[in-house]
Amino acid sequence: MDSVLPRSGLWLGALFFTVIATALAVDTGFAVHMMICGVAALIGLVVTVRGWDPVAAIRPVDSGRYDDDLIRLGVIATVFWGMAGFLAGVYIALEMAFPQFNLGLQWINFGRLRPLHTSAVIFAFGGNALIATSFYVVQRTCRTRLALPGLAKFVFWGYQLFIVLAATGYLMGITQGKEYAEPEWYVDLWLTVVWVAYLAVFVATLLKRSEPHIYVANWFYLAFIITVAMLHLVNNINVPVSFFGSHSYPLFGGVQGALVQWWYGHNAVGFFLTAGFLAMMYYFVPKQAERPVYSYRLSIIHFWALIFLYIWAGPHHLHYTALPDWAQTLGMVFSVMLWMPSWGGMINGLMTLNGAWDKIRTDPILRMMVLALAFYGMSTFEGPMMSIKSVNSLSHYTDWTIGHVHSGALGWNGMITFSCLYYMTPRLWGRTRLYSLRMVNWHFWLATLGIVFYTAAMWVAGITQGLMWREYGADGYLVNSFADTVAALHPMYALRVLGGLLYLSGATVMTINITRTILGHLRPETPLHSAAFDPARDVPLTPAIYA
Amino acid sequence: MTHDKTHVGKVIDQATGTAKVGHEWDGIEELDTPLPRWWLWTFYATIAFALVYVVLYPAIPMFHSASTGTLGWTSRGALAGDLDHEKAEHQAVRNAIAATPIEALAANPALQRAAIEGGHAAFKVNCVQCHGSGAAGAKGYPNLNDDDWLWGGDLSAIQQTLVNGIRYPGNDATRASQMPSFGRDGILTAPQVQDVVRFVRVISKQEPAGAASARGAVLFANNCAVCHGAGGEGNRSVGAPKLTDRIWLYGGDRAALTETVTYAHGGVMPAWGGRLDPVTIKMLAVYVHSLGGGEAAPAAPASGAAQ
Repeated sequence: MDSVLPRSGLWLGALFFTVIATALAVDTGFAVHMMICGVAALIGLVVTVRGWDPVAAIRPVDSGRYDDDLIRLGVIATVFWGMAGFLAGVYIALEMAFPQFNLGLQWINFGRLRPLHTSAVIFAFGGNALIATSFYVVQRTCRTRLALPGLAKFVFWGYQLFIVLAATGYLMGITQGKEYAEPEWYVDLWLTVVWVAYLAVFVATLLKRSEPHIYVANWFYLAFIITVAMLHLVNNINVPVSFFGSHSYPLFGGVQGALVQWWYGHNAVGFFLTAGFLAMMYYFVPKQAERPVYSYRLSIIHFWALIFLYIWAGPHHLHYTALPDWAQTLGMVFSVMLWMPSWGGMINGLMTLNGAWDKIRTDPILRMMVLALAFYGMSTFEGPMMSIKSVNSLSHYTDWTIGHVHSGALGWNGMITFSCLYYMTPRLWGRTRLYSLRMVNWHFWLATLGIVFYTAAMWVAGITQGLMWREYGADGYLVNSFADTVAALHPMYALRVLGGLLYLSGATVMTINITRTILGHLRPETPLHSAAFDPARDVPLTPAIYA
Repeated sequence: MTHDKTHVGKVIDQATGTAKVGHEWDGIEELDTPLPRWWLWTFYATIAFALVYVVLYPAIPMFHSASTGTLGWTSRGALAGDLDHEKAEHQAVRNAIAATPIEALAANPALQRAAIEGGHAAFKVNCVQCHGSGAAGAKGYPNLNDDDWLWGGDLSAIQQTLVNGIRYPGNDATRASQMPSFGRDGILTAPQVQDVVRFVRVISKQEPAGAASARGAVLFANNCAVCHGAGGEGNRSVGAPKLTDRIWLYGGDRAALTETVTYAHGGVMPAWGGRLDPVTIKMLAVYVHSLGGGEAAPAAPASGAAQ
């Protein structure tokens, strides 16, 4: 290993930089952020100098032969940020239904907590799940350890710092005002560095693989990492007002800025929440079902079709706006063509159960995966449908969009992530099984019921809203004022809180289950089926024959 | 001639009878299942739909403009068409309303009803933000359902308020007046302000008379009566509210009245004359007049509230 001295010097340099930046800061938010960076540098310095191993506490005695420390941390981070994000979601749902919950405090009003919720669930919960599973999957399907393990550590901890900076920024009112790209310029730059490091670790691991071919899950992970890097860079070209301040102006203005934003926004869904999570699906579903993937050919065709078509679909977010008609047309037709390529992933996932359908009755983890795929199919049909202009004229700006997003987020991203966490946790900590498979069953039903309440309420609310906005009376005048529609939606908003609470309680059951699995507890219970695990086979191939 | 797709030595998956591709990663294998036909044909169908749609509608960007599509459809054109259609539907009624003096609308119940409906629709878009969706107002924004009018409640007075607004900057005909900030500007001392407040609460029957209110009565006569009238009955020519009833624009408790006398208020309403067309304003006036407190024109005071 490299010596302690140069690394301590680096941390010390970072610490000095943050102290100077704090002193020169032109606004409080920037100063607070530099102090947070300073604390991070100080922790790094102390850990380096004292030679501490911060993850020793969670490392099982029989450490895996892959680089699994970061993945164990990633599992914990995913659960933690998931709970934070779901809690924020329930709270802002309460604020929508009962505005008294804003409590008159600027830090927790809806406008600031809403990006906190979306970023927490997408980037903190989803992002940590993607980083952890990608490191898990790429090592096992390449039968090799992570390349550049030091850089991989930087990716994990650097990403956590990004999350903390983004979240605290929202609470202090620091925002670019771009949906899903709210963090300001310096946080964007930091994420760029982290993300390039992530790409380097992933590609280098692929290059030193011990398998002749690259498994399909890794194509999806690679597409996700590369495209997110590109989207992030283009949508965040901003000019800072001061190098020591938290405000900046975007390079693209007006309708061009809007188009760049929604090119980014839609592909954040397409490559972060679809391609990345399909990668998870392609590894964990066949492993849990213990069946071969349904169709190699379908995986190739739907991968390339998805990658090619998704990138053009963004303009459908700007139907009936100042965006030129031609761009709206293209956004719509590319979205319609995206329907089957999206469904290719669902077919390949579901049909992988051919020969193992009976396990849905006995294996709650597999059941969760099947539900995730069902919601994936539903929302990837709904998306192209909503992109059709005549449908969009009803659905646009209504809660239907919120319902659509959450059927995908809660149903697909949430459920597939939970099932992957349930798959990985006993294997990562060397436990014979989860603390309780019956609690997985409870989680499954609580979450399913929550999603049904949530999405049904939002569909009804959205269509009600859309119909009320366009309702003309017999005399030929609009019937409802905006406030009338708000009043009409109130019961649906209250139902949404109930749906969110159910989903959150399911996640709480998971948190208990995973924590007790990590602690090595086993709940005495009638056994349920789960996929077999042979630790002897969970090792890299050495020497690396094709590296 | 038969073409054997499976290579020699390919393993057949027992459960499905399908050949495996032959690779294996960490125990995961892949089947060599062909693309599902329904999937492939639906994919082709969406591509065909896209191609046809791209020909029919504006789609292909070029240097200076984009292809216009064979249907000649544009979103601006479609909107203009919708608006023209709606306008044509209403034109006869609007012409009739425009041609009828506002006081004469009541004589034509069908036309009056159309004007009230049109005014209601315009109210929902332009007025509810301040006056509320039920026109019940809020602190600082008058309730339009009652008969307590600041600047007059007959049709032409309401129309005048709508066209020129209240204290609206840049409009010379706007309704204007300014109550002095008696406390802030030192016209009255703080104890004197309290005395006036006591007096106002006495004439509004909120508290019994006393020494303070007696002192306040003198101050009121010297400072306030010029606008609010000797008995606090108000004066619509300067928009001075009536102080003897229980209807308050900014609140009638001691704290609110103290604030009003100390700092004064001067609410602003936009002049809608430059924003809405005359027929819409006329319809709005008829709608507001119909809410319950509309008064007859001053020329015919005996007829009571017009409904």
